Parts: sequence; C-alpha cells; structure tokens
Amino acid sequence: MSDLKNIRTASERWENTVLKKQLERAPELRDSFATPSGIPVKRLYTPLDLEGSEYASDLGFPGEFPYTRGVYPTMYRGRPWTMRMYAGYGTAEDTNKRFRYLLAEGMRGLSIAFDLPTQLGYDSDDPLSEGAVGRVGVAVDTLADMETVFDGIPLDEVSTSMTINAPATVLLAMYIVLAGKQGVPAAKLSGTTQNDILKEFVARGTYIFPPKPSMQLGMDIVEYCSRHLPKWNTMSITGYHIREAGADAVQELAFTIANAIAYIEAARTRGLDVDDFASRLSYSLGCHRDLFEEVAKFRAARRLFARVMKERFDAKKAESYLFRTFSGSCGSTLVAQQPLNNTVRIALHALMGALGGHQAIHTASWDEGHALPSEEASKLALRTQQILATETGLCSTIDPLAGSYYVESLTNEIEKRAADYLRKIDEQGGMLAAIENGYIGGEIQRSSLRQQQALESGETVVVGVNGYVEEDEQGYDEQYLHIDQAIDEKQARKLAEVRASRSPADVAAALENLAGAIDRGENLMPPTIDAVRCYASIGEICAVMRDKWGEYRDTSIR
Amino acid sequence: MTDRQPKILISKLGLDGHDRGAKLVAHALREAGFDVVFLGIRHTVPEVVDAAISEDVDYAGLSFLAGDHMTLVPKVLRELDDRGAGGVRLIVGGIILKEQVPELLSMGVRKVFLPGTPLKVIEEFIREDAKQ
Repeated sequence: MSDLKNIRTASERWENTVLKKQLERAPELRDSFATPSGIPVKRLYTPLDLEGSEYASDLGFPGEFPYTRGVYPTMYRGRPWTMRMYAGYGTAEDTNKRFRYLLAEGMRGLSIAFDLPTQLGYDSDDPLSEGAVGRVGVAVDTLADMETVFDGIPLDEVSTSMTINAPATVLLAMYIVLAGKQGVPAAKLSGTTQNDILKEFVARGTYIFPPKPSMQLGMDIVEYCSRHLPKWNTMSITGYHIREAGADAVQELAFTIANAIAYIEAARTRGLDVDDFASRLSYSLGCHRDLFEEVAKFRAARRLFARVMKERFDAKKAESYLFRTFSGSCGSTLVAQQPLNNTVRIALHALMGALGGHQAIHTASWDEGHALPSEEASKLALRTQQILATETGLCSTIDPLAGSYYVESLTNEIEKRAADYLRKIDEQGGMLAAIENGYIGGEIQRSSLRQQQALESGETVVVGVNGYVEEDEQGYDEQYLHIDQAIDEKQARKLAEVRASRSPADVAAALENLAGAIDRGENLMPPTIDAVRCYASIGEICAVMRDKWGEYRDTSIR
Repeated sequence: MTDRQPKILISKLGLDGHDRGAKLVAHALREAGFDVVFLGIRHTVPEVVDAAISEDVDYAGLSFLAGDHMTLVPKVLRELDDRGAGGVRLIVGGIILKEQVPELLSMGVRKVFLPGTPLKVIEEFIREDAKQ
C-alpha cells in the first residue's frame, strides 16, 4: 500500500510544519475531544484511520450482508422512511381525533402511546390509577376503547405501532378482534407491538410480572404471529429507553443487541426456527445530540447485528439479517428552557435518523420538555420530516455519509466497543443473568452520572441549561396541552357502562379459560383474544395473570 | 432542626418508572454526606409515608414526570399530617409547569425543583434549609 505510505509521510510533514505553527500561534479550545460515549475524537481523519478495513466485507452494498449501507437495495429512492408520530392522550375520542388529524396531514403510520394504567394492566377505576388516567397516553380498558381509537381508520390501510410491553398480548388481542369486526383478516394486519420486556427491567420500569413469565408472554406473541399475523412486527427491541435511562450510544447499541440475542434464544427454545421469526423482529434506537456518533451507531448496529445473526444463529433467510429500525428524538435532549429551540434539535434528530438509514422516524415536538405535544407542535414536528424528505436531497442517494474517514472510523470503533460488551454479557451467562446480577443497571447508572457531571462541570454545554441562559425567559404555559383533570371520572364511567352491557357469564368463562391455559402452559394469545372479544377489561385479564405469577418488585438500590 | 446530617427519603409515587432524575439526586445527596434512603419506583402514598415515618427522615423528595403530581402531592401532605409526621419537609421535582409551582408551595410543599436544576443547587438548598 504505497498510497498509505505516502499519506503517512504527508501527514507527518503537515503535523510538523503547518499544524505545529498554527498550534503555537493559537491553541485549540480543549486539550482533547471526545464523543459523548467517551470515544476520543482526533483532529483529522484520513485513509490511515481505515487501515485494515475491507470495503467488500465491512461495508458492502445495501440490501446485502453486512448491511452497513442499508437494509434495502434502493432505500429512500424507492420510498422515503415512514413518518410515524407517537401520539395518544386522554380518552379514546381525543386520540382518535389526533390520529385522523395526523393522517390527513400526511402521516403514514400510527404509533399509539398508552397511559400508565393501561401499560401496567390496571383499569381506569382502579385506585392505583388515580391521577394517571389518560396522562401520558390514551386510556384503554376494554375493546370498546380500541373501537373508538380506530373509528373511521381502516386497519388494512395503516400500520400501527403500539408502545405496549407487559400486557402486550391483551392489546394485540384487542387489535385482532377489532380488525375482525372491520372485516380485515389478521393475516393482513401490519404494525408492531413493542413487546420488549427486558428493557423494562433495566430502563423503563413498566414491568408487571417476574422476568420468566414476562418472557413467556413475549414469546407467545412471537409464536402466535409467526403462524397467524405474518406481516406483524412481533417485537420492537428498543434501545431508546436504555439510552434515556442514562446509557451512552455504545451501551444503547450493545444492550439492545444483547436483548435481541436473549429473545432469539428464548424463541429457539420453544422450537421455533430462527428464520421463521427473526424477520419480524424490529428495532428502535434513539437520536441523541452528537450527529456523527449517532449516524455511526446506526450503521454499526446493522453490521454488528448481521454478524451476530450469521455467526451465532446461522440464519439462512436474508430477511432474518435486517436490523430494521424506528428511531425517535431522545426526549431527554429536549430542553424545558427556551423551548422553541427544541424545533432545531428535533430537525437534527430527524436528519440523524435519515442519514442513519432508518425505516421509520418519530420526531418529538418542541413542547415535550413540559407536556404532551399540542396539535400545532405535533404538526410542526411532522412537517420537519416532510421538509427533510422533500427539500434537502436526503432521499436521492443511499447512506451518503459512507466513506467519510471519520464516520467510518467511528462506525468501526462503536461496533468494536459494543462487541466487547456482548462478550462481557456472555461471560456472565447472558443478558437475563446480567440484568439480574445488576451489571446492566450499574453500567447505565454509571454513565448517567458521568453525563450529569459533564453537564454540571460545563464540559457538556446545552443551550438554555448551562449556556446562553436567559434569566427571565418568556413562558409558554398557555400553549401547552392541558389534560382535563376530570378524565379519571369520565373514563371510569365509560368502563362502568361497558361492564353493565356485556355478558358477565361470558366474561367469567373467558377469564377462567385463561387461568386454565396458564396452568397448562399454553400459548395465551387464543384465550386472551376470546376474553377481549367479550369485553373483559385489561385489569381483569391482568389480574388473572397477577394471581398466577405474582408481581415483580425491584428492591435493589443502585 | 437537629444537629445530625439531614436524612432524606427519595422516591417516585404512582405508576411512572422514569427514575433517572431520582437516582441522580439520591446519588448526589449521598455523595454530599446526607443520609439518603432511596425507595425506588411505583410506590403508593401510604408506602412512602410509612417509610418516611419508620426511617424518621427530615425530608421526603418525590420525583414526577407523568403529570400526576397535582393529584398525588396533596395526598402525601394530608397523610403525613394525619399520621403526625407533618414535620417531614416535602420537596418535589421533575416535569412540573412553572405555573403550578405557587399552588404546590401553598399546599405546603417546601420546595419545587424544575428541570435543569443543577444537583449542587438541590444540595445547597437542603443544607441551608436544614438550619431552620
């Protein structure tokens, strides 16, 4: 490689002459630079930094192993990414109105946020639900609420992503029954259940049952859909929440893939062939602050995952190798101070997602440092994506940052560091063990603390927080979405009406049947579908499972 | 207040599991030399009040993100009072609107910390406030 030799000679000459003179005249702003994950960043990247990389085996071509350039052969030239706005608040009527509004404005895919009682399997009239009904998402107690959420929305024309984990079987069952009522066969349904319980234990906290039965429930969906809902993404294995809990980019990637490995192993234990379900797993990662580190993370993710599928699981079908991703603005990067600045941050998040080759992108709204997005703010976030997709040339070519010495070098480094984590997790007996022994939580906590210290020391500067602070900044409180505090009562009333109009005998029989299926160790999707069809509530269904399995309680103090 | 280092309970009430802020505050206060009891997530009002009483804390710090603070905070204050623990000073923090702060203070909350508050500010507040 005489070329590299020439570059090395030229580089040394440059350092000893031009650069040296400049540094003597004016030092740089810092002694050293690094990404937020702590990867050192050099002044300049050249072909020397890619020594040892092979184009064919490390980058290749889009739609081919190792998928670094992208999961599909034409990427956005064939179709731009799906603009999927995460929405849901208040009652089913409120959410239906917001969905119809966003669909009319050109949104392509729905993404439902559920309120905390729904995510934790409590009815709206449960004492534990007080104050939380409809606050961070829509309240769904029974099939009747899902009927309202999707009123006037044909389920064979949209794809729906549901951020639901612990009780995912219940919500998916409702969606299947609702489709049936619309005359849409289950086989035609497309969408995603997040259904990623492992990250709940380490990051998001929305678990109900202990890890083992929780994993079984997740696998019930994988197994059921592999037979009946071939177009359904059974799991969205989500690094986003791990990142939001404090992990850095490398940890986010490593722990997401470690979770994927745990799920794939669990599904194989059930006798499923990796090629029968792996293509229906999808992934979700966050878009944080550092543009280059994030894009490199997305590229490294595709490559590392493909290598895992080949080396660990010996997958045969090309579709099993695809790390298809939904990305979203990291909420923690949005700032409550000078909130309009968030519009700029959000545009950068969408840019990172598109440069990173994502299949679907959610953009947050500028007001989310304070509240759920208002209709106006939500539209602006959608328009941001539309501007990027139509006006900037982003969709004209595939993986446009490839070949940047810096981005390729960072992609290599992130993949290497994430692979090191995978080895450490393997040494502990896998992800479930590494979660249970506190290793994963400890790593996230350490990283979260480091970031906070960097912010407080001024090493990290965030405009409005510790830089360019305005003492008496303008308030926007009146523009924020305010949830009607009377919603608890309204939703409880609706639930009471549903309870009064259904057949108590049918409900009792369906719940008993579910309990029997648990005892017999059967797949719980069929009895759950039967239960929701006769309007059994999510609280009633989860009570049966709570009774059988107990609840998980995290008592560890980190 | 007593001469000992202030004792502080940190927890999250209700169903929300976002505990990054609570953990950071607990860690920082512990590093600062305070006696910190970290209770974790998903607690009911009686559970938090039980712990505050049995641990004999001076402060209870509650972190909110999910918009349920205006419902839950008054209940904590009432329960503390009803059980003769009105001396426990309640501090709340998290995603709280500026316009809600006066109302929370008038209910009897000792201090509200909004997003972006440096950990040092929380630490200094408690150090100063504990002298009173």
